[in-house]
This record gives sequence, C-alpha cells and structure tokens, in this order.
Amino acid sequence: MFKLLEPNKIFQITSKAPKYVLFLFVVVLSVGLVEALILSPEDYKQSDAVRIMYVHVPAAWISLGIFSSITVLSISGFIFKNKNFFLISKSLAPSGFVFNIIALVTGSIWGKPTWGTWWAWDARITSMLILALFYALYLISWRIYENEEKVFKISTFITILGIINVPIIKYSVDWWNTLHQPASINILSKSTIHSSMLYPLLIMTAAFALFSLLIFLMKYNTELIKIKNKGLDRL
Amino acid sequence: MINDLLFMNGYAVYVLSAFGFTLLSFLSLYLVTKVQFIREQNKFVAKFGSLNTEQANSAKSQRINKEILADATNN
Repeated sequence: MFKLLEPNKIFQITSKAPKYVLFLFVVVLSVGLVEALILSPEDYKQSDAVRIMYVHVPAAWISLGIFSSITVLSISGFIFKNKNFFLISKSLAPSGFVFNIIALVTGSIWGKPTWGTWWAWDARITSMLILALFYALYLISWRIYENEEKVFKISTFITILGIINVPIIKYSVDWWNTLHQPASINILSKSTIHSSMLYPLLIMTAAFALFSLLIFLMKYNTELIKIKNKGLDRL
Repeated sequence: MINDLLFMNGYAVYVLSAFGFTLLSFLSLYLVTKVQFIREQNKFVAKFGSLNTEQANSAKSQRINKEILADATNN
C-alpha cells in the first residue's frame, strides 16, 4: 500500500493540485468571511467580540490536528522504515506552527475585551504556548541536523514529548479552574453552540483546512525537488 | 451595513485586527512557501541544463524529473 505513496508516483498529482486547492480555498474563505463578519449573529454576552471565535477556534483545532498527525506519521516512519512519512511530517509542520501562533495571538486579542487582559498564565493558554515551543523545536531540528537518521530520531522524540501536551490542552479547561471557557462543541455529547454560529465556524474550519493542505502540497513539492536536486549532483 | 461592520458595537478594532492578523499570516506563509518552491525549481532547471547529454538522458529516465521540468516550463 505504501508503494502508492512513493514520491515518484504522487508528484504528478501533488504538483498539479495546489492551483485547484488555492481556488477552492479562496471560494470557501470568501463565504466564511461573509458568514463570520456579516451574517452570523452577535453573542448576547460578548456582543460582536464573539466573531474572533471564527478565526481563533479553527486555528487552534488545526494546529492540534497537525501536531497529532506529525507524531503519528513520525512514529509510523520508524515502524515501517518509510522516509516519505518523515517528509510528509516535515511539510505539515510550518502550517501547524503558523496556526498555533494565530490561535495564540487571536486568543490574546479576544482576551482583552472579554477578560480585560491581553495575557493570563491560564492552563489552556500556557499549554498552547508550550505546543508552539514544541513546533519550533521540531522545525529547528530539521534545520540543525544534516544527518538523515539523526534528524528522524530527534524530530520523532520531540513529537513524542510534545504529544503528551495535546490531551493536557484539550482537558485543561475541565481539569483546572481556568479563565478560558470550556468546549462548546462536543463530538460525543450535545454541543452548546447555536447552529447560526456553528455553520460559519465549520465553514471557516474548512477554509483553514484547505489552506493547510495548500501549504503542505507546496512544501512537499519543494522537499521532493530538493531531493531530486541532490540526485542530479550525484550523476 | 458598512457602519455595522466598521463599528461592531465598539469591538471592531479587536475583531478586525484578529482577522487581519490571520489573513496577513496566511499571505506571508503562502509567499514564503512559494518563493522557496520557485527557488528549488530554478536550481533544478539550472542543474539540469548543465548536465551532458548522457547524464541528461539518464536523469530524464526518471518520470519525476520530467514532471519537474514540465512544471517549471509551465510556470
């Protein structure tokens, strides 16, 4: 099955896909922005400040999702001795890191009108900051180490340490008394968010997911060309 | 409607700066990634151009190399 994922075979798809993904992203983002900024209602307590949720929440979800995927792929790379898994992980990391920064910054902006402060050393916010540090360490490890085997080992070790933080982020609002509100959307139980706010949130999440796919494809293609450049040197 | 969007009950500065920061981050990441891609692609084309006929034929036997060259020509 992994043979189907060989870079030589999938480059034909990954090289053409970005322009279609970019088009789809622009369309979905435009719809999402109209929904989030104009059509969705204001909150009875937070008024229009609630609109920050439409960028803050999807960014946080996607950064957590990408970090979890990077960990699974890195561990799988070791188990199945497949370098392509590491290449996919490396290509996913930049967008995950940027989404993490967006979640932190927009959360801070949201904090000022709702909590009266830009920053609090609250369990949810601090654990998200720690995730950003793990992302930074992961990206730095790829820049520092030249040796392939070494970078595979170190980057996987970083993701294994970092993944411990993911459930802490998720359950921090339940385990500790935090300024951050508990989750309004639950997969296993009933969500407490109204559909008029849920749909714009889901559209923005789809737009953000398409953007991370776009960056992933462009980064993955860049990494493949880098490998092929090294191959030409050896001829 | 424009007034509502610009005022947002006094929260516009927070809402628009959050959205602005997000869109600016998207644009920056897209441009940085695009520049890195084009740089590697140009490096590949330049290296390929410096190969002799035998080396070029050998490189062209790999489908991915042909794809990279075709993609670079289209861009």
